[in-house]
Amino acid sequence: MSAKEYRTARSAHGGLLLVEGVPDVAFGDRAMIRDHRNRQRNGQVIRSAVQEVLIQVYEGTDDLDLERTWIRFLDQPLEISLSPELQGRVFNGIGQARDGRPPIVSPVRRNVNGAAINPAARTYPRKFIQTGISSIDGLNALVRGQKLPIFSGSGLPHNRLAAQIVRQARLVDEESSFAIVFAAMGVSHADARFFEEEFAASGVLANVVMFINLADDPPVERLALPRVALTAAEYLAFDMDRHVLVVLTDMTHYAEALREVATAKGDVPSRKGYPGYLYSDLAEIYERSGRIRDRHGSITLLPVVSMPSDDITHPIPDLTGYITEGQIVLSRELHNRGIYPPVHILPSLSRLMKDGIGRDDTREDHPRVASQLYALYARALETRNLASIVGADELSDRDCRYLSFADAFEARFINQGEEEDRSIIETLNLAWDLLSLFPKEALTRVNETDLAKYHHSGANG
Amino acid sequence: MSDHPERGTIRAINGPIITIRLPGVRIGEQVRVGHLGLIGEAIALQGDEAVIQAYESTEGVRPGEPAAGLGWPLSVELGPGLIGGIFDGVQRPLQEICESAGDHIPRGLTPPALNREKLWHFVPDPTLRLGSLLTAGTHLGSVQESARIEHRILLPPDHQGELLELAPEGDYRLEDPIGRLRSADGRSHKLKLFQRWPVRTPRPYRQRHPSAEPLITGQRIMDTFFPMAKGGKAAVPGPFGAGKTVVQHQIARWSNADVVIFVGCGERGNELVDVLETFPQLQDPHTGRSLMERTLLIANTSNMPVVAREASIYVGITIAEYYRDQGYDVVMLADSTSRWAEALREVSGRLGQMPVEDGYPAYLASRLAAVYERAGQIETLSGMRGSVSLIGTVSPPGGDFSEPVTAHTKEIIQTFWALSKELADARHYPAIDWVSSFSDHIAVAAEWWKREVGSNWAQRRAKALALLARDAELSRIVNLVGPEALSDAQRWELESALLIKEALLQQSALDPIDTFSSPEKQYLLLKMVLLIYQGGADLIELGVPVQELMELPLLARARRAKQRFSSTETEQLRELNEEIIQAFEEVRMEYAKFKEHRQ
Ligand SMILES: Nc1ncnc2c1ncn2[C@@H]1O[C@H](COP(=O)(O)OP(=O)(O)O)[C@@H](O)[C@H]1O
Ligand SMILES: [Mg+2]
Repeated sequence: MSAKEYRTARSAHGGLLLVEGVPDVAFGDRAMIRDHRNRQRNGQVIRSAVQEVLIQVYEGTDDLDLERTWIRFLDQPLEISLSPELQGRVFNGIGQARDGRPPIVSPVRRNVNGAAINPAARTYPRKFIQTGISSIDGLNALVRGQKLPIFSGSGLPHNRLAAQIVRQARLVDEESSFAIVFAAMGVSHADARFFEEEFAASGVLANVVMFINLADDPPVERLALPRVALTAAEYLAFDMDRHVLVVLTDMTHYAEALREVATAKGDVPSRKGYPGYLYSDLAEIYERSGRIRDRHGSITLLPVVSMPSDDITHPIPDLTGYITEGQIVLSRELHNRGIYPPVHILPSLSRLMKDGIGRDDTREDHPRVASQLYALYARALETRNLASIVGADELSDRDCRYLSFADAFEARFINQGEEEDRSIIETLNLAWDLLSLFPKEALTRVNETDLAKYHHSGANG
Repeated sequence: MSDHPERGTIRAINGPIITIRLPGVRIGEQVRVGHLGLIGEAIALQGDEAVIQAYESTEGVRPGEPAAGLGWPLSVELGPGLIGGIFDGVQRPLQEICESAGDHIPRGLTPPALNREKLWHFVPDPTLRLGSLLTAGTHLGSVQESARIEHRILLPPDHQGELLELAPEGDYRLEDPIGRLRSADGRSHKLKLFQRWPVRTPRPYRQRHPSAEPLITGQRIMDTFFPMAKGGKAAVPGPFGAGKTVVQHQIARWSNADVVIFVGCGERGNELVDVLETFPQLQDPHTGRSLMERTLLIANTSNMPVVAREASIYVGITIAEYYRDQGYDVVMLADSTSRWAEALREVSGRLGQMPVEDGYPAYLASRLAAVYERAGQIETLSGMRGSVSLIGTVSPPGGDFSEPVTAHTKEIIQTFWALSKELADARHYPAIDWVSSFSDHIAVAAEWWKREVGSNWAQRRAKALALLARDAELSRIVNLVGPEALSDAQRWELESALLIKEALLQQSALDPIDTFSSPEKQYLLLKMVLLIYQGGADLIELGVPVQELMELPLLARARRAKQRFSSTETEQLRELNEEIIQAFEEVRMEYAKFKEHRQ
């Protein structure tokens, strides 16, 4: 570490500090900035040239007086200390203690940027996680090591859903518990408190590592926060053999902070002012989930992404969907009708479900039941739409059956209590209650064995 | 490229872009930068400075660190040992790196792409005579690379001359000489089992041929409705989750290609793992061999450095051309070309080039066209036939097909498999939308189907498409005035279109039987749905109410047929078709009796 301080800042705006007359500073290195009130700020070099560097200041550049700003280069990248003591602790976006307790001391220090996992070192996630929520387990199952975001909107119960998943997630056939990494970017005090109380109430607080950047904390810090949190998660998963569930909320605030800095840097914008590298940047975060060959632990990622104006084509949810292994989409319409969790079934998807369900993992009919429910519900929604145009009286008996299916499906299958923890078998049995509203011939996505075994023939069959 | 012993120094680092001072460096030259020895490529010269795009993360690099030109452009190693492997965007062997360096990819590593220790059994071409004059591309001998692939060792395209020596049959390492050649200038050249080729230069061939037959993918909507020709260019655009990657994986699994190259360009790591873990267990339905014996992977996942993403497509296509030159039909799958285009955009943005649309540089369209142009059916330098079929996915932001990459790609390709969010949302897979998809290869395909499968392919295909078009039209009416407004005949048309969708177009990649459909099976299923349509239409003409037809149990049986009968159980499908004819005949008779009775 160099003790020399430079007082050669030439400009400061938008969280960026341009400093001249500096030695050759490594790209990505940390810097300490001391302002005129002798307060320390943390920075990182994001462009380096002979004699000149650009520093991103995590606490922001507000009210810096360039004449009285001293910069010191630490000759090291942004790192955090790692030890099992992380659990139960609360940190800020760059890994400093936020709970008034002493910093973690450990010989294990890692660069928060990590290095890309070699695809040849990965192993495919296949283990079904039961969340106890029918719309997820039955239709969009989560698998250990998956990255599955919740696409939401302001005022929708994404936090309650995320908390319910964290509370109920478990494997079907194993005694299992998850270590939890909770990463909050730009969330309100109320939301942060909600999660803390949730963790406390369910008695998992000692298993949680929290990284918190609140809505009134400096936005630039949000750029480091998910990286810091995932470095901790990787340590727990791949050094300590834990299965880690990471909640990242809210990635929209992260991306907004990225846009802010990109704009200040003068990067060429692509859609809606977000820089062209938003995709790669998000991927660097999301792709840190998964499983690695010959390692016991895993990282399952549950990012929350609020869709600005409920628009799923907005660059943040859009690029997220291109990277993650599916998405759980929440619907304002269902929410307004009092359905919880308001999972919008059609656009929701779990890409890894196929390998986590079926005979060896849940039940043999599961994949076909899911496909059949999707087909029926899609058709039912079309019919509902038709009914709203031409009137229900115009519909055939067959169409009316679809309408009553849609209602029952929403009221009984999607809708459930916030404390209700349904086993996957309960979920599948419930599915058959609904499928049995149709005669066997109408169910061509399940096979004849399924029908014989599970269809409540009789009245309709 | 020049040799320039001068060492340069780094002047500035801006993400993946490094500015260096290095006299004599040329555009396109490989450069080693920094104490870590990161590899990059010179992409622009500005005064006495050169701009380098680095294939690896530049974190920790400082101004003042050294830089040196390597004297050659980005090249790949071509020889036995490619098949079954996984390489990164600049052809570093990921399996070996994993064994030597662990779970994460360290920087500054440059292991050779191909294993130098492994012995390959070389059998020289018995027709070659010492002293004879060999032209570029001459077959020198062969190595059995995998149980499926006979690797033909060819004289590199930039070599010709008198054969001075040729090794006898035996086991050789890649670096062992297997022959000697004297070129026209009198110099003698060692011949080896492998060669190098610069990736941005297409490998030469004798001439192009028009595509002569379809690439059979085993996917009904593709083969039967929107076929692609061997040597063709195809695109699969679609929003996230619509099924682009599954389409490509299905082609990688089931198409009748000799060699498959899958380039994971800026996509998920787990999708490559999926291939690595499942392909060795799967059988190529055309040869019965393990799929991994014909497959190789290029991986630049979304979290790997952006610049190597741009390179990965060229690395893939060069390897594809190399197997083409051995007389093989090669399929190259690029998932996703949008990420490749974004890598271009990223670099051009950092160079301060003027963006034209959505931040993309003006040369986007020409670069895209040049890449796709490397596909084709050709006659090799030694007179064999070979082909490269290139299939790229496109990931339009927000699913909007009017964005630049989709729009330009559409101008270039010959087969367009457009994926629809609506279909995917309803779990209609593959979500290939029959309205906006197209193929320029119908005539070539029709010829082939007629010759190989059955005489009525073109007519039946047209008939089914016409029914689907009617469906769209009638559905619009229903949405305006309700289903009651339709006649029985029209309702039967709707019902038949639904049958086409469910019994024919929908094909689950996850179903062990339905995942692959032989051309014969496709043809019989197509026949089946049309038989039902026609049978029903005739009865309605006679006055049978549509309601009665909709309750026929054979409709459910028809819908299950695709999953019930495998590609080889064509006899059972024929029987089913016979039963369908029978069943309609029975209804007709019964109805006739009923009418007689009433009169
Ligand atoms: N032919 C198919 N059969 C069954 N499922 C499919 C098929 N095509 C797509 N899917 C489903 O859709 C999901 C998304 O497909 P994918 O190809 O990954 O989409 P994209 O690459 O367009 O984002 C898959 O994980 C799978 O569940
Ligand atoms: Mg994909």
